[in-house]
Amino acid sequence: MKHGLSNLFRHRGLIQSLVTRELKARYRGSVGGYLWSFLNPLLLLLVYTIVFTTVFTPPRAQGADIEPYPLFMFCGLLPWTWFAASLTDAANSLITGGNLIKKLIFPAEVLPVVSVLANGVHYLLGLPVYLIAWFIFKPQGLSVHVLWLPLVLFTQLILSLGLGLILAALAVHFRDIRDILANTLTLWFFLTPIIYSRAFIQALAEEENASWVPKVVARVLDLNPMTHVIDGYHLSIFEGSLINWKRLPVTLAVAFLVLIVGYWFFDRLRDSFPEEV
Amino acid sequence: MAATSHVPLAPVVRVVNVDKRYRKVAHAHRFLTLKSAIVGGDLFKALAPSEVFTALDGVSLDISHGETLGVIGSNGAGKSTLLKIIAGTAKPTAGTVTVDGTISALIELGAGFHPEISGRENVFINGIMLGLSRRQVAERFDDIVSFAELQDFIDAPVKTYSSGMYMRLGFSVAVHIEPDVLLIDEVLAVGDEAFVHKCLDKIAEFKRRGKTILLVSHSLESVRRLCDRVVWMKDGSIEQAGDPPKIIDAYLQWVARKEEGELAAGYERRSAAAEIGTAADAPGAGDKSATGSLDGAGTAVGAQEPTGAGSGEAPYEAGRWGSQQVLIDQVRLLDAQGAQHYVFACGDPMTIELTLRAKEEVDDFAVGIGVFNTDGVCCYGTNTDIERLGAGKLLGTAIVRMEIPELNLIEGTYYLDLAVHRIDGYPYDYQRGLTQFRTTSTIADIGVARLPHRWSFEGGIEWKKTTETGGDGSAT
Repeated sequence: MKHGLSNLFRHRGLIQSLVTRELKARYRGSVGGYLWSFLNPLLLLLVYTIVFTTVFTPPRAQGADIEPYPLFMFCGLLPWTWFAASLTDAANSLITGGNLIKKLIFPAEVLPVVSVLANGVHYLLGLPVYLIAWFIFKPQGLSVHVLWLPLVLFTQLILSLGLGLILAALAVHFRDIRDILANTLTLWFFLTPIIYSRAFIQALAEEENASWVPKVVARVLDLNPMTHVIDGYHLSIFEGSLINWKRLPVTLAVAFLVLIVGYWFFDRLRDSFPEEV
Repeated sequence: MAATSHVPLAPVVRVVNVDKRYRKVAHAHRFLTLKSAIVGGDLFKALAPSEVFTALDGVSLDISHGETLGVIGSNGAGKSTLLKIIAGTAKPTAGTVTVDGTISALIELGAGFHPEISGRENVFINGIMLGLSRRQVAERFDDIVSFAELQDFIDAPVKTYSSGMYMRLGFSVAVHIEPDVLLIDEVLAVGDEAFVHKCLDKIAEFKRRGKTILLVSHSLESVRRLCDRVVWMKDGSIEQAGDPPKIIDAYLQWVARKEEGELAAGYERRSAAAEIGTAADAPGAGDKSATGSLDGAGTAVGAQEPTGAGSGEAPYEAGRWGSQQVLIDQVRLLDAQGAQHYVFACGDPMTIELTLRAKEEVDDFAVGIGVFNTDGVCCYGTNTDIERLGAGKLLGTAIVRMEIPELNLIEGTYYLDLAVHRIDGYPYDYQRGLTQFRTTSTIADIGVARLPHRWSFEGGIEWKKTTETGGDGSAT
């Protein structure tokens, strides 16, 4: 594993140029260019603002703690987009990069890593849009706890890398993975507190006459590592409070475990890639 | 490495007892594999090869420092697999490969290019992929671009390049990596003449600078010209290795034998098919039905022809027909020693021997021979009547030989029309395209026949001293 990580570090030049290439290629030929990295989340933010403030006001999600709702929802939606796109791209990475693995002497693990990082850069490019909206809605600015954000980002990065490696290796052998993943991500999205807050589900579960549904959901939320990652975003940016000191480090530890297992798994199947892609 | 001056250099590439097996798993099993992998929880076992194809079988090979090694062999012999194993893009199933130094593999040129971004950016990324640092690429950038002759296009997206430009850029990046070991897999067949020469020059320059080169090629000419040693691979193992001319010659002889075997099998199949009709009818009844059956045999052969596996189909309908009063019982193609062959070197003697059998005496007959190439062009045709041999009589078994002292047909496959017929053309036995032969040549001349010729020169014209055949043969 140590070898694996140092390997990734050794290829940082390659990873860096591939991430750059990925970003350049994505917008090459479009008039808007990089502007799309800002425009996409901006337009999405506008749509959601209109939908959730005037057309459709989710009655139960309107707790006092999640106002203004578009800002709340966007706080979690942007990193989720990073996460979901990372896993989708990573699962495809070895197949689309098949030429490289087959024809060049090429470290295959670089490909899923590039998928995760390139989408991470997208997230970071979208962040200023969010902040501008933030200052429009809340002129008082951000709390100092926003400084915890790098830790949250790091946790998500490690988790995405681990899952990305596993998915990339599996998708080479079982192309069905890509379709299964697309559906799993949809379900996962709703089982992560993005369009609702975790506190809201917990409150439901703790009600005296609560049915088993919110209880099960609350349980699942607790076991979902993305819950705590998204929670981290909510706390450090939206609520401006200290991140959860117990849950986030545990999640980070779990993320590292996933990465170790993921790398081991990837390494184990590595030799089969050139023949299968 | 201080001791290198005292000890003979260790091999740069050492391949020891390498096996490579590819698994053949039908895609129908895939879902089952996933299911059992999940249910049984034993993914690695589920992915272990069940049915395998052996691409390399116990290959051992040392390539010494500064050596240029050529690998030849027919398709599927394992040449490319060997190269991939040495390059490290494929792992051996068994055995070990050690490489001392950096490797650059020209397996597929421009494999890492991204179509959307410019040539310039691709050069950088490709260079980094192949193991250079960004600074090293920057230092070599101008050389790379000028070698590829793409100065005017380097900032255009690669998707706008022609395939030649693409290959040139790919080749240029790969050779500017300055590897210790350069692996080349059949990539010299790209680009125009001028660029191929440039590539060959570049390879020669590598050679001069003492780099180790492994060249996989079907171009025996390039192998002969560039390599110090040649390995001939057959069915996944090394058949022979050694001096280029010797090994290439052995390989060519093997190819000729193989082709001969195929042609012989084809002839036997065809004549067997052609005889079905005659054999069934000959003991039976009179001439009429026999004629019909021979016709039938002819069409049967013709119908079978398209499926006849092997060495090229007749462009005109092959077949056999005639009244059967006289039969061509046997056709043999003989060399100077009287041995039967189907492959002849251009310029060698060939004798066409026909065994005829006349059931009753005939006095109106001619024996004709026509040679057709695969385009259906009659390269030469003649018969005994045209050549003013007045027919006397023919009865019982007779042997007719046409001796050709020099078979001056260019390299290719040829079909023979063989006939015994009346002088007015009414056929006794007409065999069209049932006999094939091949000519081989080391000279790639064109046309139909190789006219006997000699070059002579006077005045201010000089030639480099080349091979011994250079004086009177090579019209290139």
